[in-house]
Amino acid sequence: MERSRRSFLKILGISTLGLGTLSAVDLLAKAEMGKAEYSPNPKGMTGKRWALVVDVKKLDEETTQKAIEACHLIHNVPDYGDEEEIKWIWTDKYEHVFPGQEHAYLAEEIEEKPFLLLCNHCSNPPCVRVCPTQATWQRGDGIVMMDQHRCIGCRYCMAACPFGARSFNWKDPRTTYFKDKEPPNPKYPTRTKGVVEKCNLCAERLAVGEMPACVEAVKDSKAIVFGDLEDPHSEARELLHERFAIRRRPELGTSPNVYYIV
Amino acid sequence: MLETALKGSKKYWILIGVLFGLHGIGVTAFLYQLNKGLTVTGMSRDVSWGLYIAQFTFLVGVAASAVMVVLPYYLHNVKEFGKITILGEFLAVAAVNMCLMFILVDLGKPMRMLNVILHPTPNSILFWDMVVLNGYLFLNIIIGWVVLSAERKQVEPPKWVKPLIYLSIPWAVSIHTVTAFLYAGLPGRHFWLTAIMAARFLASAFAAGPALLILLCLIVRRVSKFDPGKEAIQKVANIVIYALIISIFFVLLEIFTAFYSQIPGHMHGFVYTFVGLNGYGNLVPWTWASAVMAVVATLMLLCPPLRKNETTLAISCLLVFFSLWIEKGITLVITGFIPNPFDTITEYVPTLPEVAITVGIWATGFLILTILYKIAVSVKEEIAS
Repeated sequence: MERSRRSFLKILGISTLGLGTLSAVDLLAKAEMGKAEYSPNPKGMTGKRWALVVDVKKLDEETTQKAIEACHLIHNVPDYGDEEEIKWIWTDKYEHVFPGQEHAYLAEEIEEKPFLLLCNHCSNPPCVRVCPTQATWQRGDGIVMMDQHRCIGCRYCMAACPFGARSFNWKDPRTTYFKDKEPPNPKYPTRTKGVVEKCNLCAERLAVGEMPACVEAVKDSKAIVFGDLEDPHSEARELLHERFAIRRRPELGTSPNVYYIV
Repeated sequence: MLETALKGSKKYWILIGVLFGLHGIGVTAFLYQLNKGLTVTGMSRDVSWGLYIAQFTFLVGVAASAVMVVLPYYLHNVKEFGKITILGEFLAVAAVNMCLMFILVDLGKPMRMLNVILHPTPNSILFWDMVVLNGYLFLNIIIGWVVLSAERKQVEPPKWVKPLIYLSIPWAVSIHTVTAFLYAGLPGRHFWLTAIMAARFLASAFAAGPALLILLCLIVRRVSKFDPGKEAIQKVANIVIYALIISIFFVLLEIFTAFYSQIPGHMHGFVYTFVGLNGYGNLVPWTWASAVMAVVATLMLLCPPLRKNETTLAISCLLVFFSLWIEKGITLVITGFIPNPFDTITEYVPTLPEVAITVGIWATGFLILTILYKIAVSVKEEIAS
């Protein structure tokens, strides 16, 4: 009893030092965590810089819808259809995807093509730079992740993202959209109101050796290729070597990892 | 000294009552928002910050402007300001409180607010804003309270408070610089991506804040026996006109760069606010109201007889305050989101609950201000008698 009281007071003492607390609590937490044994799934995919290469020519309205539906069902993304829309993956026209690069004499084929849009998982992500709580962070394999349990909902990341890839839960999806219907995928948590979300490049699927849902959904057409750009023999890397591809707003220096073959 | 806030005239209590009532309306609206989520506001996926963050931005400026009376008094020995430094400092305290409340109501998960301290992130400007705002709040509470207590006892303030006063001067500059950095460092938001954002913020703050201070001084003189002094008010008016002209100059610099370079991204924001873009123009009347008020105020303040006459001075100060409130408290933040990253436009109109919360926070700020000013004025009256 005495001992625990003493250690409690000790922690309290450190706490008053302010920032010092954090490292102390962190250490304690880590010591606790060390007791449990976790190991990654041996089937899980590992990489250094995951990227997607989208072959726009192979995509039509039908295939893009397949990719979108697969993603939104797996991640329980509600479909509000208004200005509070949650978007993980969606389509838009060339002029909106590459603003400033459109011109009046654009090839007809490109002008009306549906371009697939999603988080670019930038190598130099401004959203991660601005987040005040590290609720959004970059993994070693390049995926920009989102911790919906830590997010305070300040929406600084939404102002920082130049690709409009982030959505905010203005209302509670659990009491509005999923009120009368079950979320399609019971294995993936629905979100609460007041947090930001976005595409996570199917980190939970990669961990068990599965391809991202959008890639899987259109795999027959090979319209979306997933791979590690640091691996010279990856399918994505080889494709980029062969075909000319562009990225959205490269001049901003965020280094997007979604490539478009046009 | 707190007890001096507990006895006052009937008018004082009516004011307290009204402000408290508005505070109550704000709290009620906030509880509603807490329950439903930020969906009750006019914000959207495209315009993800609105009235709350804009009010916060404007009020950081009001808070920072206390330095405009503190600096001349302590560094240049401008004696006239001796009587009103306390009014500047207490205005800063009230303004920072409003800032913190506006941040709080803007959060999607306010109950997780302390995550900012629990997981400190030095690369986030918002983290630094939290640090500097709280620091500035405590500096002004301590300085104001200690100096006023000493004044009441008619002794010199303790020596240890001097370094804090000197520290508060650059600290005031820091709060508004850091707040400008929230905007000025974001790739792809052209309207905000400008190196003179912090300078613009400071210039407009040093016009709007002191203009409000003049109005408050005039009110204090009318309702109490404490006279802040005609000379002090005139000196603050000089600061207002200089800062206002610099502020207008900075905006013109932005407009030149945008329109002479003809880069669409740089022009779009200004086109949207001044004449409307692609048929969208909600902010056009506001922008012109702000511009006209700024020009009229400049002319009035430049004219010595109008500046020296306290009635016309008060009108000029009202114009300055509302002009810059529109600029920073409405147009600057919202226009940053227009057009959105897809070069399309979603407009923003605040909703009733949003306005109620905003009014509630302003009322809470003025409630704090009224109580602090009551204390300061009571002490001044006590010494005089």
